[in-house]
Amino acid sequence: MNYPVDYKYTRSHEWLRDDGDVAIVGISDYAQDALGDVVFVNLPAVGDTVIAGESFGDVESVKAVSDLISPVTGVVCQVNTALEDAPESLNEDPYGAWIIQVEDVTDCEDLMNAEDYQAFCEQEG
Amino acid sequence: MGSYIPSTLAERREMLSAVGVSSFRELYRDVPEEMYRPDLDLPEGKSELEVSRILTALAEKNRVFPTVLRGAGAYDHYIPSIVKYIPAKEEFLTAYTPYQAEMSQGILQSIFEYQTMICRLTGMDVSNASVYDGATATAEAAAMCRDRKRRVTLISAAAHPDTIQTVKTYCYAAGEAVEVIPEKDGKTDLAALEAMLTPEVASVYIQQPNFYGQLEDVGKIGETVHQAGAMYIMGCNPIALAILQTPREAGADIAVGEGQPLGMPLSYGGPYLGFMATTAKYMRKLPGRIVGQTVDAAGARAYVLSLQAREQHIRREKASSNICSNEALCALTAGLYMAAMGPEGMAKAAKQSMAKAHYLAEKLRALPGVELVHSGPFFHEFVTTLPHRAEVLSALEEAGILGGLPIAGGVLWCATEKVPKSELDRAVEIVKEVLGRCN
Amino acid sequence: MQLIFEKSVPGRGTEYLPACDVPEVSLPEGLGRKAPPKLPELSETDVSRHYTQLCQRVYGVNCGFYPLGSCTMKYNPRIDEEMAALPGFTGIHPLAPEAATQGCREVLSTAKKLLCEITGMADMTFQPAAGAHGEFTGVLLIKQYHDARGDRKRCKILVPDSAHGTNPATAAMCGYQIVNIPSGPDGCVDLEALKAALGEDTAGLMLTNPNTLGLFDRNILEITRLVHGAGGLCYYDGANLNAVMGLARPGDMGFDCVHLNLHKTFATPHGGGGPGGGAVGCKEFLKAYLPKSRLMDGGDGIQVRSFAGNFLVVVKALAYLLTLGKEGVPQAAENAVLNANYLLARLKERYTPAYEGLCMHEFVLDLSELKKETGVSALDLAKTLIDYGMHPPTMYFPLIVHEALMLEPTETESKQTLDQAAEVFLKLWDLAHEDPAYMHEAPHHAQIRRPDEVRAARNPILCQPE
Repeated sequence: MNYPVDYKYTRSHEWLRDDGDVAIVGISDYAQDALGDVVFVNLPAVGDTVIAGESFGDVESVKAVSDLISPVTGVVCQVNTALEDAPESLNEDPYGAWIIQVEDVTDCEDLMNAEDYQAFCEQEG
Repeated sequence: MGSYIPSTLAERREMLSAVGVSSFRELYRDVPEEMYRPDLDLPEGKSELEVSRILTALAEKNRVFPTVLRGAGAYDHYIPSIVKYIPAKEEFLTAYTPYQAEMSQGILQSIFEYQTMICRLTGMDVSNASVYDGATATAEAAAMCRDRKRRVTLISAAAHPDTIQTVKTYCYAAGEAVEVIPEKDGKTDLAALEAMLTPEVASVYIQQPNFYGQLEDVGKIGETVHQAGAMYIMGCNPIALAILQTPREAGADIAVGEGQPLGMPLSYGGPYLGFMATTAKYMRKLPGRIVGQTVDAAGARAYVLSLQAREQHIRREKASSNICSNEALCALTAGLYMAAMGPEGMAKAAKQSMAKAHYLAEKLRALPGVELVHSGPFFHEFVTTLPHRAEVLSALEEAGILGGLPIAGGVLWCATEKVPKSELDRAVEIVKEVLGRCN
Repeated sequence: MQLIFEKSVPGRGTEYLPACDVPEVSLPEGLGRKAPPKLPELSETDVSRHYTQLCQRVYGVNCGFYPLGSCTMKYNPRIDEEMAALPGFTGIHPLAPEAATQGCREVLSTAKKLLCEITGMADMTFQPAAGAHGEFTGVLLIKQYHDARGDRKRCKILVPDSAHGTNPATAAMCGYQIVNIPSGPDGCVDLEALKAALGEDTAGLMLTNPNTLGLFDRNILEITRLVHGAGGLCYYDGANLNAVMGLARPGDMGFDCVHLNLHKTFATPHGGGGPGGGAVGCKEFLKAYLPKSRLMDGGDGIQVRSFAGNFLVVVKALAYLLTLGKEGVPQAAENAVLNANYLLARLKERYTPAYEGLCMHEFVLDLSELKKETGVSALDLAKTLIDYGMHPPTMYFPLIVHEALMLEPTETESKQTLDQAAEVFLKLWDLAHEDPAYMHEAPHHAQIRRPDEVRAARNPILCQPE
């Protein structure tokens, strides 16, 4: 399992990378492994407001669906629409396959660093 | 008393003792005494022969009309013999929903074939495995169209009254608004529709041919609906679709309809079949079971229930619909009907129904006091005025003919390919005779 | 096997209709379709053989043991089919005049009378076409009741965590928020959690009793009393009525409305996924809210589908009820429960039930230990059963049990069938320890090997291209 140090993590297994003006959001290696083969991603639209701690979409595997919880409050400025045709990239490259980018961030959940998140996952598993 | 319990009394005792109890009551030890009531007021059980007598007698209390000139949502088309026999095969009849693909390929493939035929008939890209009936298909389609900003459903007053009421009920349940677009001369009032198309409108439902049999200007309505940014749901008669412009050609986003004309008998209202098809864009919003093609571990073609993450057993309260059953055996019947009739046979049934309805309309309107109520083109149903309506209909019934349906302002007639010209002529003669007698 | 479209030959077909004997008319300009639909073109021989081949790739109750938990796959008597196929029923137009439909009306009124007696309800509708459709109708009775009283603060429906997925989905379709009530360690409703969840925003409770774990909730009277005390109504999900029919009535348990699955409890066939029948019964005070057909009955009440429902399904259920009668109905329930307990007793030699003690008509095995020991999952075991000519039990349900297999043998299976099934299960326990790899790959001798469901979902092919 991979826990890169330049990312921050939520307890619902999303990652966040601060990229200056925008916050980039995806799901962790642990999350993609627990989900199994991702078959579809329900994405928000550019311009939608996301709220920290609330769902902004979901990911489907064959027999399960899991909400995507936003780590921040802000406005969606980019959506990785490539995931619509290639949802498997969330399995293959979870830290490369970002899901949304958020700007005008006003609020942020309490996030874990890589070390704490790894401990959190090991405890959960 | 009839019973379908195979175990003998001796075996039951043996099994009770293997379980470690001495009586059946002990198996129900968690059922409080005050509600344990093994003494209900039910009739004594009966042998198969007696049950057969009772139900045959009940069936005989009904009157089967050899000639049916009534439609209004249930249509008396000819059903080829093979279409009656194949769905009665016990394997098809007694299987459950095909959860276990490895032992259900026959049902899964039949549904995949049904989905394909519905797509080809409607011109759409994706069909589900069917829903309960045409009215619920419409209500489910309306739910598919709602998004965060657009919530309101518009439905034409010229749609089937049961469909309108079902859509209203589903909208009442969800707390969503529904408005009825008025009719004018038996068709959806286009000017009224334009005025009602606010930015909150999610979808517009038009039935083609409509409840009065009239053919709507579905292409033009589609343009109007799309200009306003709403989605267009078209209700279709599947027999008419063999010759009519497809919903896809008319610009519909979702095609729905009552599948009963595809080989299902009238059966006092059910079981029938609701079909639903849409464009690739809305595939994942389509409710209900959907069968998909894939390969098995050895690389062979195989079929499975697919896209299940949309459904209630996975999404629970977040599912867009609670539907789990489809009408699989009815879908099998519909697929079988379409395969047996073929494109030519279907077109023939459609053309003959239309021709016979027009013949009947011409003959009826030649009688005194009988006029066509609406001026537009129609398919196989039409409304006439009819003096002495009750007398005329009961005279027809006495002669073995189920006449048109009495509705506000007249009678809604229907003819299908099943009615020979001689019966149409006989019906007209009876109407003429009663009108002459009463006037 | 080929698809029906792959057997099509242009120009082939069977003539079922005579030539047109009235003048032909043509469609107005612009209203015709551009090209005929590409439906298959086949001889009747082709059609007959194609569907017969499909039929040989289907497994029904008449093929063998079908212990699919929660689905009540009992034998479907042939006579019921014959009665429903009588032309005096199939040939009746739903809008035929009253005098011509006396038999249909009597079928419905007799079935209603018997089923109201069995459920302890005052009235019933046959309009809903399936169980979930019945749930929708039942919850709408609750909604109309509160609305009619102007009691609009009731926005929550309580659902136990062991419930079928349709319960929360139904409540959501009816605009309600869902409150999940956890099960206690005994598998039944946790009364303290229930009390904590009840309040003046409670619209009602949806409950299956016996529940999906196959347990009869002995606190049922207390549960319904508490809900009524808070001003809510109680809805009985009849999915598991087969365990108690003719012995205990939902009405006496305190429920206000109930749906029945005619296609489970009352022996009408499932047809590969429908048509079913989801009759909904209610107490006297809810009668006015039952659905009507606008065209058949007039009025402005709610309506959940066209006409009177799946009428022929009611004919089949009535034939079954008349056959069983006063003694047969409770005997069916008793023997369903006996068969389940007997099979459970035999399987307990190796397998671990999710809950100790007696069960009702079904029980749940927890295979998490087996999985830990051997790597063989509930799925692997289910798939291996297929090779032994048996339909697998329900897998991974209820959600609160890990590696769950849920078995419901029903009353129409003999002791010999149960013994043979038990032998197979015990044999597979050993096989799981000896050759788990074989079971991961199962089935080996079925119609197909395991299908690639990921591929089906990622690249959906839902229709044969033209």
